[in-house]
Amino acid sequence: MLTKRLIACFDIIAGRVTKAVQFNDNIDVAPAEDLAKAMYNADIDELIFYDITASSEKREIDIEAVKKVAKCVFIPFTVGGGIKNLTDMYETLKAGAEKISVDSMAVRNPEIIAEGAKEFGSQCIVLSTQVKKTGQTASGYEVFVDGAKLATGLDAIEWLKRGQSLGAGEICLNSIDNDGTLSGYDLELMKMADDALSVPLIASGGAGIPEHLRDLFLQTQAGAAIISSMLYSPRLAKNYTVADLKDYLMQNNVSIRPIN
Amino acid sequence: MKTDSVIRIINYKAGNAPSVLHAATHLGFEAEFAHNSTDLQNATHIILPGVGSAEATMSSLRDMGILETLETLVLHKKILFLGICVGLQILFEHSEERDTACLGWLKGRVVKFDSSKLRVPQMGWNKVKFTENPHFTCKSDYFYFVNSYHAVPENRADLWGVSDYGGSFTSAVNRENIYATQFHIEKSGEAGLALLKDFLILNSLKEVV
Repeated sequence: MLTKRLIACFDIIAGRVTKAVQFNDNIDVAPAEDLAKAMYNADIDELIFYDITASSEKREIDIEAVKKVAKCVFIPFTVGGGIKNLTDMYETLKAGAEKISVDSMAVRNPEIIAEGAKEFGSQCIVLSTQVKKTGQTASGYEVFVDGAKLATGLDAIEWLKRGQSLGAGEICLNSIDNDGTLSGYDLELMKMADDALSVPLIASGGAGIPEHLRDLFLQTQAGAAIISSMLYSPRLAKNYTVADLKDYLMQNNVSIRPIN
Repeated sequence: MKTDSVIRIINYKAGNAPSVLHAATHLGFEAEFAHNSTDLQNATHIILPGVGSAEATMSSLRDMGILETLETLVLHKKILFLGICVGLQILFEHSEERDTACLGWLKGRVVKFDSSKLRVPQMGWNKVKFTENPHFTCKSDYFYFVNSYHAVPENRADLWGVSDYGGSFTSAVNRENIYATQFHIEKSGEAGLALLKDFLILNSLKEVV
């Protein structure tokens, strides 16, 4: 039976992991490679690595940082931020990433999803989206771009469906309202997205305690959860280990890959 | 690790050969990419990594001009071979994925998961139960899968591992010197590395035939 995945998400600035609250006030945590290795050794199921300033600084993704991480972790590894075209995708995959995440750039140029899926396969293309409850669209949720700063007028659910039909093999859906708040996932949003999609859904934004993961996995069909603050945010009095989370989920009948 | 092995990883554009190379290097083996027939000549262990479609993989191998060499080395000279993901699927006769004729080294075909009942692709960690194999330490463990299609071997003897996704499916096969896994051993943490190591220390010819 397929197990639910816990995915550690790293926001990278200049090769170091940082932690923000609702996309602001990034504070430094650790070198990406060190934290990646620690998470791998702790039996995390997957990693996502966002080069968060690559887009706004209009520079290429930091390939050297990708290579360093790829050499020390042997679990799936997604990279996003600053990817503009097929050449960037190819270079990132060649550096050792398993999957490419596209976000703001895909909103501006949706065809990149189709091009990437055709060239490397759907399984390589993750559509990541930042959405906020604005009440301005059919589902009530609206897509934002550029580090969640710019409203697009796009309906969140319609956009995800379009991304799937263009060839995205997985959807990573982040709630801007819940991001970094430690108040739990937006279950209403995740259920709505899940009903609309047939590809796997990664839920993101809001995990603060193990109960949030339990609720997500028992109440929605999401296949994976993004966790970051609860694992390593220096702002928190208590961080959880991957083992804490997996033990708790197993006790609560969530199917999960056991700790080695 | 000092061995006389000559490990070659077939590197084609859509494949994820770099990840497999990192894994072998991490385990202490010297491995190199193969881009053409010449690169494969003295190989003792050949690995065919795979992502993407069966059709794209077949046409890449054709474009590289290595299909004949591979057949000679693997089927006739019995060089140790490990196929990963699509590298397992193309060993069979036919894949439903864009109606693709494959290598036919193993009898059987490759079919799609039922997407009306299941989330397709299957993406994540699933349990694999292996049949007894004297050369491999692994009995049952979790490995990382990304696949929409799976093989249906004709010969039960070729089955090496089974998993469950809306029903039982073939997750690993073995026939003589040919080994293949539907899961990504290079992305399956320590369990995957252990399996890769077991393959790389297999002693060609005398142990397997």
